[in-house]
Amino acid sequence: MAKGKYLGGASRRSILQQFGAAAVGISFGGALSACGGGGGGPTVNFYNWDTYIGPTTLDDFKEATGTNVNMSLFATNDELFARLRAGNPGFDVIVPSNEYVTRMSQAQMLQELDHSKIPNIANLLPEFQDASFDPGRKYSMPYTWLVLGIGYNKEAVRAKGLTVPDSWKYLFDDATFNQKMALLSESADLIRLSAKYLGHSVNGIPPAMLTQIEQMLIRQKPRVKQFHSDNGQDLLASGEVDIVLEYNGDIAQLMAAEGGDKFDFVVPKEGTLINSDCLCIPNGAPNTEGAHAFINYLLDAEAGKKITEEILFPTPNKATRDLMPDSYKNNPVIFPPADVMAKSEYGAFEGDEKSREYEEIFTRISAA
Amino acid sequence: MEQTWRQAKAAFAAIAVPPIAWLFLFFLVPLAVVWGYSLGENTGPTTIDVTGTFANYMRAVEPLYLEIFGKSLIIAGLTTVLCLIVGFPVALAIAFASPKTKAWLLLLIMLPFWTNLLIRTFALIAVLRENGYVNAILEWFWNGGSGLMALIGLQPLGDFEPLTLLYNNTAVVIGLVYVHLPFMVLPLYSALDRMDRSLMEASLDLGAGHMRTIWSVVVPLAAPGIASGVLITFIPALGAYLTPDLLGGTDSQMIANVIERQFKRANDWPFGAALSFLLMYLTFIAIAVQAFVQRKSERRG
Repeated sequence: MAKGKYLGGASRRSILQQFGAAAVGISFGGALSACGGGGGGPTVNFYNWDTYIGPTTLDDFKEATGTNVNMSLFATNDELFARLRAGNPGFDVIVPSNEYVTRMSQAQMLQELDHSKIPNIANLLPEFQDASFDPGRKYSMPYTWLVLGIGYNKEAVRAKGLTVPDSWKYLFDDATFNQKMALLSESADLIRLSAKYLGHSVNGIPPAMLTQIEQMLIRQKPRVKQFHSDNGQDLLASGEVDIVLEYNGDIAQLMAAEGGDKFDFVVPKEGTLINSDCLCIPNGAPNTEGAHAFINYLLDAEAGKKITEEILFPTPNKATRDLMPDSYKNNPVIFPPADVMAKSEYGAFEGDEKSREYEEIFTRISAA
Repeated sequence: MEQTWRQAKAAFAAIAVPPIAWLFLFFLVPLAVVWGYSLGENTGPTTIDVTGTFANYMRAVEPLYLEIFGKSLIIAGLTTVLCLIVGFPVALAIAFASPKTKAWLLLLIMLPFWTNLLIRTFALIAVLRENGYVNAILEWFWNGGSGLMALIGLQPLGDFEPLTLLYNNTAVVIGLVYVHLPFMVLPLYSALDRMDRSLMEASLDLGAGHMRTIWSVVVPLAAPGIASGVLITFIPALGAYLTPDLLGGTDSQMIANVIERQFKRANDWPFGAALSFLLMYLTFIAIAVQAFVQRKSERRG
């Protein structure tokens, strides 16, 4: 596979997240730090995840259009949301995940996109031209997508008499990997995937099932080593755990690194949660024109190829995908098989009340 | 010639106003805003109305959250006691070292502060994990011992089983003690260093043993230092967030972790603010206790 380099857990949602947490007070409000540098000319302020852009993308865009891009980084959707909560401090393009596209559009934080200024929308795969979380793609253009699944140590799994841990059972309702497993510490993801395991959709989970899920996870908790903050690939690599709930891109990066052939990734047969990171223009963006041009540029086939080669996440862009080598296109970790994808869903934003309820369930599970 | 501040009001004001303004603008005002939030209600995804409701506090004193507060108090208390037990002999040793050694020892105590807390915590992970340095050293000794036993004709030891040192409450306490030890040692050192040595000599001359002298003379004299060391160890340990998050297991949740999730994932600032202020009230109580201890020991002295 491409030149993906494993940096001991340095991924899209990683160490920066902890720094962000330590400095949470700093990230609230306040104007964007002086957008100096880069000489004259118009500027687009781009607020992106860490390690989530091609090495030359921003320079290439400046060469093509004369517009400077000033990129700042965030580590979690919550950080992005908190930063824009009290008003846009000057960002032109942001990259929220699907659920937050809905949340932010409901909170009147996003501008409608002018599709006539984004002709490269034609490059997208048909299934990404529209989205359940943003009907008609009014507010968002897809940048990448990703799925949660089980990253595992092949040898350790074989030692338990299994070939592939292809069910959520092993993470949520089973003692086979006692004290050798870790789950993501995201309340909504845990609850939704548990519902998936119990045969329900990830959305519209009835109260009785929430109780059932809470009891199931409390029962499972003593067998779980840690609720990790998206550094599951590191726990797996260091031998601390044998199976872990993680994003496909993170495990793909680990597998592409030296010694990575010990590990593999599977999307359980019950189906999973799909996430999609999207390009949006927040309300109050100083340079709407430039923002549209930049979004259009990121959806360009060649520009997309340079980004995808670097970050190794699945692309929703057909033109880009066609330019990529087979080792990427046919990689089952990056593009899980069609039958499990057919059973997978986006998690819908079901209101703040629901997030708070999920959060309290997770607090109870952790305190139990 | 001594001059009180009353005689130089202008100079006093020039020096005092900037820090007071700073404290007011960047500490008291934001704190007041958060306090206001704790009496407010969410009216939308980004809007809060300060209605004067006590609903957030009512929710914050539900058994679920009180238990988490209780657990945080126990962990912070244990951390403080361990810091005191480990820190007191260290501070004593530094206070009685030669001036040159003293400077070096103090430097060693300060050294960890030169590195970011997050980096130090990740370093601790590398030391404690199953394939970490502690287990590597233990394995080396284990295998050495096993080889030796085979050599003298005994049954060799079985395979080495790495100790589980990470991702449990013990790891959280180890991490917190490691991080907070300097906060304990420094005030202890400054109290012990100021102490009148002749009192110790008198105690020894009059027949008290070394332990007796430490217990009956050194410890009471160092009481204010102990109290401030306990305080500035206990308070940050109580609000620890990063350490339980990174070193803890599935039941190492502390109150700061819950507060953090209210401000982020749950998007419930009023409830997060109420939890924060409960934590703050606990801190005020701790400070009041410290002031009481201090006053008592001053009266005695």
